Amino acid sequence: MLLRHTPKEITERTALTINPAKTCQPIGAMYAALGIHGCLPHSHGSQGCCAYHRSTLTRHYKEPISAATSSFTEGASVFGGQANMLQAIDNIFTVYDPEVIAIHTTCLSETIGDDLKQIKTKAEKEGKIPAGKTVIGANTPSYVGSHVTGFSSMVKSMAMLAEPTGKKNGKVNVIPGWVEPCDMEELKRLMNLMGVKFIMFPDTSGVLNGPLSGEFNMFPEGGTTIAELKSTGDSIGTLALGEWCSADGARWLDAKKKVPCSVLDMPFGLKATDRFIDALRTIAGVSIPEQVSLERGQLVDMISDMHQYLYHKKVALVGDPDQLISMTEFLVSLDMCPVHIVTGTPGKKFEERIREITRDVPYPVHVKAAGDMFLLHQWIKNEPVDLLIGNTYCKYIARDEDIPYVRWGFPILDRQGHQYFPTVAYKGGLRLLEKILGVLMDRQDRDATEQRFELVM
Amino acid sequence: MATATKKKLVQWDPADVKAQLLEKYPAKVARKRAKQIMINEALSNTTPEISANVRTIPGIITMRGCTYAGCKGVIMGPTRDIVNLVHGPIGCSFYAWLTRRNQTDAGPDGENYMNYCFSTDMQDSDIIFGGEKKLTAAIQEAYDLFHPRSIAIFATCPVGLIGDDIHTVAKRMKEKFGDCNVYAFSCEGYKGVSQSAGHHIANNQVFRHIVGENDVPKEGKYKINLLGEYNIGGDGFEIDRIFKKCGITNIATFSGNSTYDQFASAHQADLNAVMCHRSINYVADMLETKYGIPWIKVNFIGANATAKSLRKIAQYFGDQELIDRVEEVIAEEMPAVEAAQAEVRPRTEGKTAMMFVGGSRAHHYQELFNEMGMKTISAGYEFAHRDDYEGRQVIPTLEVDADSRNIEEIHVEPDSTRFRPRKSEAEMKKLEKDGYQFKQYDGLIPDMEKNTLVIDDLNQYEAEKLVELMKPDIFCAGIKEKFSIQKLGVPMKQLHSYDSGGPYAGFKGAVNFYQEIDRLVNSKVWRYMKAPWQENPQLSASYQWE
Repeated sequence: MLLRHTPKEITERTALTINPAKTCQPIGAMYAALGIHGCLPHSHGSQGCCAYHRSTLTRHYKEPISAATSSFTEGASVFGGQANMLQAIDNIFTVYDPEVIAIHTTCLSETIGDDLKQIKTKAEKEGKIPAGKTVIGANTPSYVGSHVTGFSSMVKSMAMLAEPTGKKNGKVNVIPGWVEPCDMEELKRLMNLMGVKFIMFPDTSGVLNGPLSGEFNMFPEGGTTIAELKSTGDSIGTLALGEWCSADGARWLDAKKKVPCSVLDMPFGLKATDRFIDALRTIAGVSIPEQVSLERGQLVDMISDMHQYLYHKKVALVGDPDQLISMTEFLVSLDMCPVHIVTGTPGKKFEERIREITRDVPYPVHVKAAGDMFLLHQWIKNEPVDLLIGNTYCKYIARDEDIPYVRWGFPILDRQGHQYFPTVAYKGGLRLLEKILGVLMDRQDRDATEQRFELVM
Repeated sequence: MATATKKKLVQWDPADVKAQLLEKYPAKVARKRAKQIMINEALSNTTPEISANVRTIPGIITMRGCTYAGCKGVIMGPTRDIVNLVHGPIGCSFYAWLTRRNQTDAGPDGENYMNYCFSTDMQDSDIIFGGEKKLTAAIQEAYDLFHPRSIAIFATCPVGLIGDDIHTVAKRMKEKFGDCNVYAFSCEGYKGVSQSAGHHIANNQVFRHIVGENDVPKEGKYKINLLGEYNIGGDGFEIDRIFKKCGITNIATFSGNSTYDQFASAHQADLNAVMCHRSINYVADMLETKYGIPWIKVNFIGANATAKSLRKIAQYFGDQELIDRVEEVIAEEMPAVEAAQAEVRPRTEGKTAMMFVGGSRAHHYQELFNEMGMKTISAGYEFAHRDDYEGRQVIPTLEVDADSRNIEEIHVEPDSTRFRPRKSEAEMKKLEKDGYQFKQYDGLIPDMEKNTLVIDDLNQYEAEKLVELMKPDIFCAGIKEKFSIQKLGVPMKQLHSYDSGGPYAGFKGAVNFYQEIDRLVNSKVWRYMKAPWQENPQLSASYQWE
């Protein structure tokens, strides 16, 4: 057994986290920053943070992740990291020449109280930021929130670049939240199909799903440009997908720049996608093309075709709040029974939303924000499930408990496809269904007696 | 398939390459980097000085990690029956969770916490009011849940800054439990200039708190410790297989697939065999001073190096039975190695490699490439010191700078009851007279050819430049470097985690490595980078359907 020391009996823990269902803020900020065109993320802290984030993102995307660090020493930790950062800014623009440096802090620089704004002002005064180049920053102390919070903070810093000109641009701002590059591509495809003019930020498509061509381009074609980010202040409205990872930036634009916002669930599954498409239609004033209705119909078709394999199957889920809310809703809409749901990210509202979505599930439902995968495993030991959905770390639980398992979330370190095949919207719903059905039906095949082994399923 | 590799015509002048690497840097950076980029003069007795173990330059995209990574990730991470509890915000523990591919075998029922990740997940209130209470409670909860033999606590950056006294907390909990050794590592990420400081801190605490704790005699005729072997991809398993076959008893591996008890019994060995000099030489020195165990440098990367190391161990014990057995084992193992070599060599001969890893691998792996007829044209370490490049004779001349001064050097005295010289002075003298070297490591530079480039703390920009200018057939580094190199159309092999491969140590490992490198340098995929219409963009007027 891989997790052989996990007891079935659950005891309360107040101080010890075991097998976390979250990681720290800076990695989220780094991922978001990669969705800005020509941007080099910069980690203001000890160089280990940057190394760990780059490694994890590289393992997940199988793509180069370039990011720099202030490489704090003990001296910098005592006297402050300003000198390191100024030197870093100078070196970065000289050697790598990005359009943008997106700085995020770490627990180290936050604990000693480095002031990003002041350092940036000093860099400007000293002429270390070349004309036409941009430096943005986000405070991402690792001891608050989670990787999701860090993503949201960097997205907010992107929104804060908005410079309203007074003339509307007729576009809709769309904040896709922490989704894969292919998901961002899929959202753009749908919006183009609908004739919606938009600015999407961040946008990691074309950055983290690049080709092999014999050339290494540190700053690929993709990403939201600074001009677009400035223009968000002239947009007709903002759709923020995901309360935890997208809402802050959208609300800031609403409050400070008078760009009205709606915060929606992330468009995973049928209902959340319906709401997203409908909201887009309303805000952009477009009608829905037949193609979109067709894609929706195809998803409904597959649900009806395969309902017997899904009905009342119990599911355990772990991941990030916004994703889990939509996924739980999708599972319920399939007549499946999500019974154990854990996120490591704090937030009471998460538990409330899940309770509301699962209120008709005919089994007791366990849900916890600021929980961990050790607890999830214990719940599973007490109330076994038919399916487990989560990131790569779930493979240890799946193997020990012999549970069909779908990899979905962050990070996925041991399988391919998440960068290329979207799980958002209707087509993504088809893929999620295909994956879920695949593991459930493989299990049925594996466990069937020879007499009951089926050719047609 | 091509049977003979065409020799690529890549002309480069090392001085020109060096100049081009430095060209784009601001003056101050260029000056500093110039000292870390050395054109090898391959002089027989003395090597030119290289600057190493110096600060990373802010903003320059480095390969290096931090002290915490060196301590928790590298040294303590592979110890399977210790609960490794990270005191800090969640990230540090999360990123070090199972990502280093240290394989373990605790049997069906043994203690194995390798697959777990433990953290105090510090929140802002802990930063403001101090985290000692939470740490104390977390240790108690871990003890109540698992009743482990030992709990190790690791400090992350904020812990040192807010002044949590983790050592006192550990001591108190150890006394309270009675049957669980609890100790702490002040391995905050900002200490030192790289992972290296973390190795040192881990060495110190393991020696101080664990080594010598178990005096229950360990059986074995030829007892050694294997230091600096982390069982990445099962390397340690292969080395242990060979030891077992030779009749050599490995008391403790520091630290692949290790246990608390192995460390605790390490003082019972009669010889310390050091693999990774950089990460573990401190323990080797301390074991010698306190218990009288001599140490030698070994290398089990490369079949010839493995044979040589086994002979070195046998010569130390000086027992004909062992010397004969080692020769028998080598004779048994080598045919398969030679067959594999002969099989790949027509496709690998004359190809070139670069490697930038660790504190010993960039040296050790040149053995394997040599065995395939491949030449290393540039290499360097990520976190080594000058002695790893130039040899241990430079140690007395090393400058102690502000960053290394803060890393504790523990003073060790001979143990009043357990110090026992393993060989008489006369025996040691005789061995040395026969050319046997104790406590010696000559470093990487003497083993590299003239006009090769030795580069310390290589960064992303220089890596890309080197590949562009020197066009190696394969580049070896870590996960962060992997895909930027491969985008250039050059295969990249991870020598930290081995991608998903291994073992590469010992005899079987050598065979694995030959096949792996053959696969990489001869893969068809590198031919697919250009589409037909990109290779030949001219439209042909005579194009016909039939």
